[in-house]
Amino acid sequence: MTWLGLQRYVLMLLWGMAFPLWAAVTVPNLDVGQGGHCVDDPRFMRSNHMKLLLHQRDQTMRQGIRGGKYSLAGCVDCHASKINHSVLGSNHNFCQGCHVYAAVKIDCFECHSSSPRQPAMGTAATTGQKGEVNAGPLSGNGNHFTGLTSREGSP
Amino acid sequence: MNLPPVDRRQFLTRGAAWTAAVTLAPGVLLYDMARARPAGEPASSAVRWGMLVDVSQCDSGCDACVQACNREQALGTPTRPTDPQWMRKVQLEQNATGRKVSLPMMCQHCAQPPCVDVCPTGASFKRADGIVLVDKHRCIGCRYCMMACPYKARSFVHAPVEDHSGATPRGQGTVESCTLCVHRVDQGEQPACVQACAKEGRQALLFGDLNDPQSEISQRMRALNAISLRPDLNLDPGVSYAGL
Amino acid sequence: MSQSATSFSRIEARYFFLLLLLGLLVVMGGLWAAYQMESQGHILSGMNNQIVWGLPHVFAIFMIVSASGVLNVASVGSVFGRKIYKARGPLSGLLSLGLLAGGLTVLMLDLGRPDRVIVAATTYNVTSVFAWNVLLYSGLFATVGLYLWTMMDKTMGAWSRPAGILVFCWRFILTTGTGLIFAFLVARQAYASALLPPLFIVMSLAWGLAIFLIVQTAMYRWNLQELNPLILKRLKNLLGIFIVTLLYLMVAYHLTNVYFARQVDFERFILRDGGILTFLFWGGYVGLGSAVPLLLIFLPGLGQGRHMWIASLFVLTGALSLLYVFIIGGQAYPLQIFPGYHVYSSFADGQINSYNPSSYEWMLGVGGMGVAFLVTLLGVRVLNFLPYDDPHYPLESN
Repeated sequence: MTWLGLQRYVLMLLWGMAFPLWAAVTVPNLDVGQGGHCVDDPRFMRSNHMKLLLHQRDQTMRQGIRGGKYSLAGCVDCHASKINHSVLGSNHNFCQGCHVYAAVKIDCFECHSSSPRQPAMGTAATTGQKGEVNAGPLSGNGNHFTGLTSREGSP
Repeated sequence: MNLPPVDRRQFLTRGAAWTAAVTLAPGVLLYDMARARPAGEPASSAVRWGMLVDVSQCDSGCDACVQACNREQALGTPTRPTDPQWMRKVQLEQNATGRKVSLPMMCQHCAQPPCVDVCPTGASFKRADGIVLVDKHRCIGCRYCMMACPYKARSFVHAPVEDHSGATPRGQGTVESCTLCVHRVDQGEQPACVQACAKEGRQALLFGDLNDPQSEISQRMRALNAISLRPDLNLDPGVSYAGL
Repeated sequence: MSQSATSFSRIEARYFFLLLLLGLLVVMGGLWAAYQMESQGHILSGMNNQIVWGLPHVFAIFMIVSASGVLNVASVGSVFGRKIYKARGPLSGLLSLGLLAGGLTVLMLDLGRPDRVIVAATTYNVTSVFAWNVLLYSGLFATVGLYLWTMMDKTMGAWSRPAGILVFCWRFILTTGTGLIFAFLVARQAYASALLPPLFIVMSLAWGLAIFLIVQTAMYRWNLQELNPLILKRLKNLLGIFIVTLLYLMVAYHLTNVYFARQVDFERFILRDGGILTFLFWGGYVGLGSAVPLLLIFLPGLGQGRHMWIASLFVLTGALSLLYVFIIGGQAYPLQIFPGYHVYSSFADGQINSYNPSSYEWMLGVGGMGVAFLVTLLGVRVLNFLPYDDPHYPLESN
């Protein structure tokens, strides 16, 4: 068994043992906004979006490489709530909800906009596929986190 | 230059962009730079972006460039000495002759930028194509660059930013300045100020590639005897002034 | 050596707790002010886009420059082997650490993004004098710490001299580095001069010694000790020489500027038309900070313990005045972008910039002094830092 596999096994074990504790924690009910197919596998994005954003940020900022796949504005375009047009605002909003849940400070939006770009400029129209909002295996009810718990939380 | 494929591709894109731009925006003076860099390609040191200010074409009562800048970057109208001014109009009167002129001032995008030299974290940097920028992810707000800049090009964000609709992300506690509208330049467009000046029917601002001796900006810089500000410092600014 | 020194070095308990409380209050005030400025922005300060370094920098640079200067005493003792100075080495080292900690606290908390200060260590720009100073400052902590260890641990005594020499070299480089922050600023009339590093070194010598004298006097008084008048005489002559040297370099600096036509207007501003800046230069630095202490030191009949204490206080008044004029005045005078033109703009081109420090800046600056004070207070309370002069050992003859 690889180290990573062992890690996952132990984690799952712990997760199962601690289930009564986890059950008491309110899993965020996220408003994924427009949603649809993410630029990559949602599971991969969930654990790696910060690295991808950081990498592309430096490339765009320093070298001027434009049009990359993993852009913060892209996240916002697809995942801003249709109610307040933002990824922030309440613990149901996409970025804020998950970051509050994970207790990770998010400071992107001190400078970057938390609202989608103008439709004309945005890439939302091309990447978002509205017909498939509920199609993914993880978004049975439009909530990434319920998907997560139901899959990994019941070994 | 050992880059024939790139050159040819650039030539083709340039040609296509030319045609498109001329058709789309008649009446607006277009220059040789209307080419968007393809996605995924970094800025190249083969070009050096710069600007020429023809002071003789600049009207002291006009601040269309400044307003366009403030709009583009959502800076608001400055009222206090703590408000940002990426671009400003300076009115000059020559002591000896009383001759009056007016010109816009902004980051001069030096080839030898003092702000980049002094920045402790490397947040101030010069892109391959000569555009001087602040990486606000790295800026710690020490303001040493503001002390070092001979042109007063930089502003410090003194309060939380409310309006995020500008083209450049801005944040409290960091230093900022003219980006030469890098977001537009990368799309093959001209800086907002240059466009606004042309829209006013003036030709005081000209944007282009300083590395290309045949570019319009290079030709006009030669023809008009353009100079740089504080030439004694030998910073080789990308912005030059004619008719001063 | 001495059995009694330890007991003497302890500040009396009631004084100690009173001073501790005072120090803590001042430091907490500074931290509160910094927190406010971090959350609401520098809009709370009197600084703006023209005056970008304000009162906190005056305090910070004062403390950092002095942190190097208080080491004079230790250096003379260890490097040149003078016994009376050697006895004062530990105190001098402690004061250095305290002042450096205070100065850096202010400098760091005045950043626009103090939360990101670690970036200064993780991404390093080798051409930046600021970045050099990050190394120089942390190096001073390390070398002075090492030096204190060699002085206070008897088993390490043999290493005291090499450590002293290391500190001696390091602090000269450090003060040079602090001077270079300004000396390399080609843009501004007031700076861009190779005279600044030596000027900063002499500043550090004078101000550091003044601080040392004040602290030493206070410690002797609390411990009901009398300082040997011969030792006092040595130190006072040294202070006098430093004040005169600093005056000399200031004259050289301003005279050079007056001679250069392009700098004349700047000098006119600082020396004649600068309002509060001119007042602080002549009244604060030249008058109170230099002339009065020189009189107190050298006039016949004066130069006793309490005169020295007052003289030192005046030197520090002059120090803060001079730094204010240097830092604020250098930014208040407009940049000369268009020589030969009268200029006007919405961004204060061609105008004298005004600056009124806010209470937040005062609290932050004074809070930094509080940090230096607390470090010193706790140090002398916990460890044995009182200079102990062997009463049976004659002073060296020179």
